[in-house]
Amino acid sequence: MDLEYSAEYQAFRDEVRQFLDEHGTKAPRPQGGDDRLTPRDWQQLLIEHGYAARTIPREYGGYGAEPDILKTRIIAEEFARARVPPGHSGDNRLVPTVLELGTEEQKRKYVGPSVRGEVSWCQGYSEPGSGSDLASLSTKAELDGDEWVVNGQKIWTSGAKTADMMFCLVRTEPDAPKHNGISYLVFSMDTPGIDVRPLVTMTGEAFFNEVFFTDVRVPKDQIVGKRGEGWFVANTTLRYERGGLGDPNEAENRFLRIVDMMQRETVGGVSLMENPIYRDRLLKLQARILAMKFNGMRVLSHNIKGEEAGLPRWIVKLNGCELNHQMAGMAVDVMGELGLLYDGSPYLRDHGFWQARYMLDLGLIIGGGTAQIQKNMIGERALGLPKEPKYDQAAA
Amino acid sequence: MDFALSEEQRMLQDSISGYLEGGSSLERVRQVAEDGGARADDVWQELAGLGVHGVLIDEDYGGVGLGHLEAALIAEALGATTTPVPYVASSIMAPTAIAVAGSSEQKESWLPRIAAGEVVVGVGVTEQVGRRESDGITHTDGNLSGKAMFVLDGAEADAYLIASDDGAMHMVDAGEVERQRLKTIDRTRTVAEVLLNDTKADTLPGSATSPEPLLATIDVGRLILAADTLGAAQTMLDKSIEYAKERRQFNRVIGSFQAVKHMCAEMAAELEPCRSMIWYAAHAYGAIPEEGRAMACHAKAHLAEVGQFVARKSTEVHGGMGITDLLGLHYWFKRIGFNRQLLGAPELVREEAARAQGWI
Repeated sequence: MDLEYSAEYQAFRDEVRQFLDEHGTKAPRPQGGDDRLTPRDWQQLLIEHGYAARTIPREYGGYGAEPDILKTRIIAEEFARARVPPGHSGDNRLVPTVLELGTEEQKRKYVGPSVRGEVSWCQGYSEPGSGSDLASLSTKAELDGDEWVVNGQKIWTSGAKTADMMFCLVRTEPDAPKHNGISYLVFSMDTPGIDVRPLVTMTGEAFFNEVFFTDVRVPKDQIVGKRGEGWFVANTTLRYERGGLGDPNEAENRFLRIVDMMQRETVGGVSLMENPIYRDRLLKLQARILAMKFNGMRVLSHNIKGEEAGLPRWIVKLNGCELNHQMAGMAVDVMGELGLLYDGSPYLRDHGFWQARYMLDLGLIIGGGTAQIQKNMIGERALGLPKEPKYDQAAA
Repeated sequence: MDFALSEEQRMLQDSISGYLEGGSSLERVRQVAEDGGARADDVWQELAGLGVHGVLIDEDYGGVGLGHLEAALIAEALGATTTPVPYVASSIMAPTAIAVAGSSEQKESWLPRIAAGEVVVGVGVTEQVGRRESDGITHTDGNLSGKAMFVLDGAEADAYLIASDDGAMHMVDAGEVERQRLKTIDRTRTVAEVLLNDTKADTLPGSATSPEPLLATIDVGRLILAADTLGAAQTMLDKSIEYAKERRQFNRVIGSFQAVKHMCAEMAAELEPCRSMIWYAAHAYGAIPEEGRAMACHAKAHLAEVGQFVARKSTEVHGGMGITDLLGLHYWFKRIGFNRQLLGAPELVREEAARAQGWI
C-alpha cells in the first residue's frame, strides 16, 4: 500500500502546474476575450506540450508519448484543480478504434483532423427497435457499385446537429446471424439523404437527436475493420466509452459541493448540516462515494501494472451512475422548494445544476448499458453465473 | 503509487485463511457454539503460533509489530470462517489501549502474555459509546464501581479492560469481579456483564489525562469489526454464487434467472468497494492520522449496512434452505448482526464521522 507519488511523478506534476500557471489564462472560455486562444489553438498548444492526444502517435497528429496511466491521471487532476479546460484526444470512441483496427489510410485521414479539433464525430448505434439488444439493429447498407446505400434510423445520437462525421453500425449481411452481419461505417454528416431531428428530453433540452437515412451513398472503402465484423469493432469502441462513465473523482467533487450547500442553506433559519436526518443521509452517501473512490484507486493500480482488475472494474458504471443520481436527488432535497426552481428563475441555486443533473443522471443510469444490463455483465462475466437461455432465434 | 496489498500481506492472508479453512470449519464452529464454550482453544493456540495475537504488539513486547492493515486482513479471515476466538477485544483493543496509555510496567506485564495468547482480556467500553442498562462506571481512588455491559469477548476472560465515565481505562483482574455471560444471537463471540463494586483497578496512566487513548481503542475496535464483517459477507456472497450455480428449478440452474443473478450482482457491487474502503481505512489509521477516525467510523457504519444487505440477500438466494440450521448460513448472518451493534450502531457511528470531519 503506497499512496505517494514517486519523485518522477512529483516532478511531472510540478511541470504540469508550471505550464498551467504560465498558459492557463490563455485557455478559451465561452464568452471569448482578446487574450484567449481559440479552442483549436489551445488544443494545438496542449498537444505540443503533451497534455492532449498524449499517447497518439506523432504521425497521426498526437504527441507520441508512451502510455503512462499515472501521468494521464496527473494531467486530468491538475487541469481540474486549476479549473482550466483540458484538451482532448479527438474522439475518445472513434480515435482509439481507428488506431486499433483502421487501415493506414483511415488513420491518416481521420485521426489527425479529429485530434486537431477540425472534425467532430457522433455515434450511430442505437435504434428505436435496438436498445439493450443492439446487435438486432436493422439500419441496412446495400452495395451498389462502389458505394454503400444506407437506409434506416438511429436514435440517442448526441451531437448529431453539430458533428461533421458519424461512425455508424449498419447491417450489411442480412442473412448472417445477427452478430455477424454488421459493419462499422464512417461517413460525413453532409452526405445527401441524412435528416437530423432533435430529441427533446425531460430536461427541456435536445441533447440527443434522431437521425434518418434515405438512400445515403457512402464510398465502399469507408468501413473500419472487416465487412461483417462491425460488432467486434463496436465493442472496441464501447469499451472506451464505458471507461468514462461513473468517474469516482468527479463524484467526490460533486459531493463536496453538497457539503457546502448544506452548510450554507437554511430551513427555518437552521442550517441543513445541523439537521441530524439530513446529516445522516449525507454521511451514508459519503461512505458509498469514498468506497467507490478507493475502488477506483485499486482499479488504477491494476491498470498501471497492466493487470485485469476484474470485479472492481465491472461495478464502476453501475455504482458510479447510481451515486451521481442519488447525489443530485439529495441536493434537490437540501434545497427543498428552491429545488423546484428551473429555467433561470429568481432564487435559483447553482444555475439549476442539480435539477438538471437529477434528470440527466437518470438518463446515464439507462444509457451506455442500462443498470440491468450492467448487472447481467457483473453476474455473468465477473461472478461466472450462466447466461439466460436465448429465445430470440427460436422465436424467429 | 500502488493501492494494493504487498506480497507479504498476501502471504499473511493465505497462511491465516489456509489454516482457518480446515481449523475453523463450520463443523468446528458448530461444536463450540453447541457446547456453549467461549472459544475454540485449539484454534486460539494455533493462531498464537501464527503471531495473530501479537499482530499490533511491538517486537520488544513479544509481538510481531505489524500494522492495522495486517490486523484487518486477519479479522477478515476470521469473519470469513466465523472463527470463535476473542480476537477483537483481546488481540486488538486491549493491546492498543495498553500500548497507547500504559506505563512501561503495565506494557511489560500484559503485552507479552497477550501476544502469546496466554491471557484473554475482555473489553468493556460500551458505557462510553452508548450506555444502555447501566448507570455508568465511576472511578474513585483507583477503584471502580458500576455495571459494565456488553463486555466484548468477556465470558471467560482472565482480565478486563474497563473504561470509566471520566474516560480513563483500567485493567481489572477477573477474580475481582462478578460476571455473567449474556446470551446473544452470535454464538461465535461472547459478551458479558461485569459488576464492579469498589473493585481494585490498575489505571492506564495515559488514559487518565487525555480522552484520546479511549477514542483510539474504540476506533481500532470499530475498524476490526468492520473487517470481520467484510470477511463474513464475502463468504455469504461466495456461498450464494456457488448455490445459484448448482440449484436447479424449472429445468435451469437458478443463477441463470435474472432475478437471482441480479441479487448476486447487487451484493457484489455493494461489497467489492468495501474491500478497498477497509484497506484505505486501515492504512490511513497509521499513515494519515487526520483521516483515521472518520475512516474507521465510515468503515464501521458502511460495512454494517452492506453486511446487513448481503446477509439478507444471500439468505434469500438460498431459498428455504437459507434459514435452516442444517445449512448453517445463519452463523455468518448472526456474526454480521453482532458486528453491526457492538461499539455503536451505524446511525451513532455516522454522527461521529460527521464530528471527526468538523461538520458538527
